[in-house]
Amino acid sequence: MSFSEVTLQLLNGFGTTCLLFILTLVFAIPLGLIISFGSMTKFKPLRYLTRGFVWIIRGTPLMLQLFVVFYVPGMLFDTPIFATIENGRFVAALIAFVINYACYFSEIYRGGIESISKGQYEACAVLGMTKGQTFFHVVLPQVVKRIIPPMSNEIITLVKDTSLARVISVIDIVFAAETILSLRALMWPLFYAGAFYLVFNGLLTLLFGFVEKKMDYYKV
Amino acid sequence: MSILEVKGIKKSFGSTEVLKGIDFSLEKGEVIAIIGSSGSGKTTLLRCLNFLEFADEGTISVSGELLYDGAAEKVAKKKLKNNDKLLRKKRLHFGLVFQNFNLFPHKTVMANLLLAPSLQLKSDLRAAKRAEKQMDRALKKASTEEEKAEIKKLFAEKIKRDYKDAEELRAKAEETLRRVGLIDKRNNYPCQLSGGQQQRVAIARALVMNPDILCFDEPTSALDPELTGEVLKVIRELKDSDTTMIVVTHEMEFARDVADKVIYMADGVIEEAGTPEEVFLHPKSEKAKAFLTSRSNAAKGTDDLD
Ligand SMILES: Nc1ncnc2c1ncn2[C@@H]1O[C@H](COP(=O)(O)OP(=O)(O)O)[C@@H](O)[C@H]1O
Ligand SMILES: [Mg+2]
Repeated sequence: MSFSEVTLQLLNGFGTTCLLFILTLVFAIPLGLIISFGSMTKFKPLRYLTRGFVWIIRGTPLMLQLFVVFYVPGMLFDTPIFATIENGRFVAALIAFVINYACYFSEIYRGGIESISKGQYEACAVLGMTKGQTFFHVVLPQVVKRIIPPMSNEIITLVKDTSLARVISVIDIVFAAETILSLRALMWPLFYAGAFYLVFNGLLTLLFGFVEKKMDYYKV
Repeated sequence: MSILEVKGIKKSFGSTEVLKGIDFSLEKGEVIAIIGSSGSGKTTLLRCLNFLEFADEGTISVSGELLYDGAAEKVAKKKLKNNDKLLRKKRLHFGLVFQNFNLFPHKTVMANLLLAPSLQLKSDLRAAKRAEKQMDRALKKASTEEEKAEIKKLFAEKIKRDYKDAEELRAKAEETLRRVGLIDKRNNYPCQLSGGQQQRVAIARALVMNPDILCFDEPTSALDPELTGEVLKVIRELKDSDTTMIVVTHEMEFARDVADKVIYMADGVIEEAGTPEEVFLHPKSEKAKAFLTSRSNAAKGTDDLD
């Protein structure tokens, strides 16, 4: 098997990896915000429910969650939903990733939101700002700056975590490399796949460094 | 009529009664200095006026309009605390300058001044548009000239706003920055300014909202001694342009020079009130005498009480 053939197959898997990565971010970033509101609400039942849910998701392995999302609906409705529909496996993986990462993100957001001083809210209040204005114009922009470092870490972990999706047979780049290994007894595509991750994460690191610098226009 | 009339304000946190019945009034253009040792309830009083806390009892009236009544609030179905819209309207009668500035760190000086009023202006403009449509409809129905005049008068009240447009608001913000001597810092961020400059921005930010009464909670306490002067100078100038103010302060000399009235608070009550001369030179209560002696010793540097 030639280098270009391997490259093509790996690229194919990498496309799935990237798609899973990007879609997870697209959904988990806003969903995390909603969950963080739930975990901070004054309405106690909802707060405890949300925190309990976050605790479960953060306290159990993502791999287990992948299996649960993939198999449990099938058992409940007596048909393996995700195994039959087109791209069902990918969708199941995406759901598990979004829930898992939204919970992690929500905790980062909560830390960020709780770190904004009471004085900021009071300054807004005496200036006659609404709660919504206060959150979107004063709190959120400051939270964004504070959470960039922990979010960067989490996002880089996500890149690597996407390879877990192959436990429910989503054909990502590692799955592709493994297939080559077992069919052709070629070892080097595994390392080649690793290089893809390194380059991707290297680019992300550069991007986050750039964003962090961009946000450095003020100090607290 | 007094611009501010405060009667029988009481406030407890749990079982500690922090304010035990505060009465005072303030005329337009007057400055009241509130002095007293720490823990006497001065901050709590200002917070009650700005509705950051809600007094358990007592009333607050501005220009004759009853803004707050503790007794009514107690039995009200919809508490003011939970009525965001009404609360904001009432709060805007007052401005508050905090001890530790509370500027928005992510906004430039100019943006700090403009944020709240420009959001306000936007919603006012939307409301005005709605009101104008309503007025046009009402005018069409009206038959006599008198009716029309009546309708116009009614809606003029609804369409009223602080600023005509964003242009006017910006001009006012610039003028205010000039007044506090910081126009050349308009594009800087708070972190690039000294404490004294930050506090002057905070004062300008409060002024742009056109409050009836501007409150200061120890505006110089967080500042290095060499920076207090510039902030006090701004407050002095505000007095000269007839800004009505309540200043909680530890600067006795400043209180004596600038205030029209001085209130000495101790343990949640007004122990002594009167002109600066009355309070500083002829205090009647023993507590006030002791406090003033300790402060003047502190000023001389023989004592270092708080
Ligand atoms: N939110 C609060 N909860 C409980 N106690 C409070 C609260 N705010 C103030 N106090 C208490 O009220 C008293 C008066 O405080 P404060 O109004 O800050 O006094 P001052 O500004 O004169 O120093 C203090 O004993 C303080 O501990
Ligand atoms: Mg205080």
